[in-house]
Amino acid sequence: MNEKTNVTQQEDSPARTDAALMPPVDVIEDATAITLYADLPGVPKDKLHLHLEAETLTIEGELDLEIPEGMDATHAEVSLGRYRRVFTLSRELDPEKVSAEFRNGVLTLRIPKAEHAQPRRIEVEVA
Amino acid sequence: MYRALFSPDVFAELDRLQREMNQALEFSPSIRGLARGGFPAMNVGSTPQAVEIYAFAPGIDPASIEVNLEKGVLTIAGERASDLPDKEAKANVHIDERFAGTFRRVVTLPEDADPDKVSARYRDGVLHISIQRREAAQPRRISIQ
Repeated sequence: MNEKTNVTQQEDSPARTDAALMPPVDVIEDATAITLYADLPGVPKDKLHLHLEAETLTIEGELDLEIPEGMDATHAEVSLGRYRRVFTLSRELDPEKVSAEFRNGVLTLRIPKAEHAQPRRIEVEVA
Repeated sequence: MYRALFSPDVFAELDRLQREMNQALEFSPSIRGLARGGFPAMNVGSTPQAVEIYAFAPGIDPASIEVNLEKGVLTIAGERASDLPDKEAKANVHIDERFAGTFRRVVTLPEDADPDKVSARYRDGVLHISIQRREAAQPRRISIQ
C-alpha cells in the first residue's frame, strides 16, 4: 500500500526531485497581513509559478538568461536553472485574497489574515 | 546536553569548512578574489568574441547601479534598500534573508577585453554586461596560398 502511494506521488511530480536553488526571502507580519518578498533574479514573469494548495504555498521559477551560443562558463555562483521554495501557511490566513507582484526579479506576496483573526480591542466593562 | 550539541563553535566550524572547500576547489584565485557568496552573485562566461558577465541583483533601479571599467578591472557597485519595516512599526519580521545595503564587486577582465566596446542591460533583476574582445586577439583562419 505504502509503496503504491509513493509511486503515484513520483509520477505526479517528477520535477520535485530536481535540484533547485532556494531563493532568499523576507517575511513580515503586521496586524492585517503577512508580506513575503522573494529574490528570483533571472526569472521572467511567464516562468514564475505560484501554487497555493490547502495550506501549502509553493514558489517556483525558471531562469532564462540571454546566453550567447558557444559560451564557456568560467565562473558560476548561480549554477542551477530553477528556484523552488515551499511554505506552510497558518489557518488564519486567507488564501483567497493573496495578491502578488513581480518586478525586477523580486516577488512580493501579500497574504491577508481572515477577518475573524484580525486584532480587536476588547472593551472592558465595569460592572 | 543540548548546549553541548549546539555550542556556537559549530557554526564557526562550518564557516571554516566552507572556506577550506572553496580554497581547495578554486585552484588559483586571482589576487583580487572573485570570492563566492557576495551580493550580487555573479556568473562569468566567455566566447571567442566577448566576455559575458551576469550579476544577479534583483529589485534595484538600473539607473542607480554604477558600472566602472578601469585598467582591466570591472567594478559593479550600488545600494539596495531594505524592505523591512521601521523599528517603530507594529510589525514582526519572521524571516530576514535578503541582502540590503551597499554592495561592490570587482572582476578582473582578461587582457584582450576592449574597454570601448561594453554593453550593459538590466532585465528581470539580472545585470548582463558584455565586453567585446579586441579584434587582433580573435581567432582567425589563415588561408594557404
